Amino acid sequence: MKRLVNLKPRPATRWLLGALPFALLALLYLGLSSQRLADNPSDRLLPSPATMAESFLRLASEPSARTGARLLWSDTFASLERLFAGVAISAVLALVIGLACGALPLVRAKLSPLVTVVSLIPPMAILPILFIAFGTDELAKVALIVIGVTPFLIRDLQGHALRVPAEQWVKAQTLGASSWQLILRLLLPQLMPRLISSVRLALGSAWLFLIAAEAIAAQEGLGYRIFLVRRYLAMDVILPYVAWITLLAFLIDQALAWISRRGFPWFHAEEKDA
Amino acid sequence: MSQTPLLLARGVEKRYGDVPVLERLDFRVDAGEFVTLVGASGCGKTTLLKMLLGTERPSRGELLLEGAPLPDEPGVDRGVVFQRYSVFPHLTALDNLVLAEEFALAPLTARLFGAARRQARERAAANLAEVGLGQAMARYPYQLSGGMQQRLALAQALTMRPRLLLLDEPFGALDPGIRLEMHALITRLWRERSLTIFMVTHDLREAFTLGTRVWVFDRLRHDPQVPDAFGATITYDLPVAARTKATPDIPSPLIKESHA
Repeated sequence: MKRLVNLKPRPATRWLLGALPFALLALLYLGLSSQRLADNPSDRLLPSPATMAESFLRLASEPSARTGARLLWSDTFASLERLFAGVAISAVLALVIGLACGALPLVRAKLSPLVTVVSLIPPMAILPILFIAFGTDELAKVALIVIGVTPFLIRDLQGHALRVPAEQWVKAQTLGASSWQLILRLLLPQLMPRLISSVRLALGSAWLFLIAAEAIAAQEGLGYRIFLVRRYLAMDVILPYVAWITLLAFLIDQALAWISRRGFPWFHAEEKDA
Repeated sequence: MSQTPLLLARGVEKRYGDVPVLERLDFRVDAGEFVTLVGASGCGKTTLLKMLLGTERPSRGELLLEGAPLPDEPGVDRGVVFQRYSVFPHLTALDNLVLAEEFALAPLTARLFGAARRQARERAAANLAEVGLGQAMARYPYQLSGGMQQRLALAQALTMRPRLLLLDEPFGALDPGIRLEMHALITRLWRERSLTIFMVTHDLREAFTLGTRVWVFDRLRHDPQVPDAFGATITYDLPVAARTKATPDIPSPLIKESHA
């Protein structure tokens, strides 16, 4: 008998092992749900899959009586717009500051303490300030994501910028590179895949800030809908919405991973984390 | 050889804080010499190389390159190959070589386009073929073996035609067989291009095979109470009779004869 640490599953087995927990969870839910519905057919807490599918399709296809919009799509569009705006602004900010801090000791000395302090502020604590300053419109929600995510991205990128081997800096200078050219051709291309992987990590927090901000003040959005229907205990809407958000998050993550693998093959070969 | 020497050191000393690393360095190196630097670890070989490179400055004394003080940052007049991290991982072999031209010709974008780009790539391809990487132009460094990476690093270091080529244990991490191939390559490049080379090595055989001069670094003075009281210096400056300088004035067939 081999040691346990040397037992590796075959590909087919690995799929099966990966699917098993999902199947168990689904079974558990089905059991509990049908039991509760048998006791009380109008139970709202654990709706049957059929009810959830019905509610989800209704939100996806039927225009809302109040606004005339198909709620699922208008919610999804509103949320993704905020998410992408916030994450894009954060990524650009982090890249610019990360490049400057990583390449220029003079800038690093000035900015690093500020970034460290700002990154320690709990973003949710300043959400009221954002609502007061920017109103309850889009700006406050995007600003929350930016404030919540940017310091993490900056610190991550700066760390990686400082880990570009000194030998490469020297070598590029012996090839005649100016400071600007060093940033452009040495640092920027090596930070891009790092930025993508940092953004993948930060997306979790970005979703958190987005849904929190939408829950407090919004007219549409995935987080807004979930918190709105919570008042009616509408688990048949909440659960599909959560699954939908999870699916969106998964797709965005996979898309970024794909872009990174396509664009920066050398990075994934070195990291061995394809 | 009464003209200004290529490199001149006068009373050069390097100390980190109170700890002297190198002291009393006085030397003169002419164009075409191949100097190998040997000595125990921590004897300042690499420190001297860093001072030549410009990433460290002498604490006292002066280093003159063709009569002018060495700039205190790296530049195109001094090429370098390190033991590791000498090539850019995010560029293919060909792009690694084109990069220097892009730095020189496109200050703002550091990229070439159109005809300029095509010509630069052709030149780079020829240079790659010269070091035996003709088949590997489109590969990234991670797809190259250690020896091929160092070939690429050498070709890259030579693109700007540096006055000095500085090698910091360039073959230290390579297998013995590959190392012999690299010795043949560096010897050929040194002769063909009349290079002036400084090479730090741990391998005495390598030092005597390749160099026209072998510099041995050691501490001349030693205080048993305070081991760090004195720095190292060049204790031996050994000419290697079997090697002739790569002199541009002598036609190359003659060099081959005298070497044989």
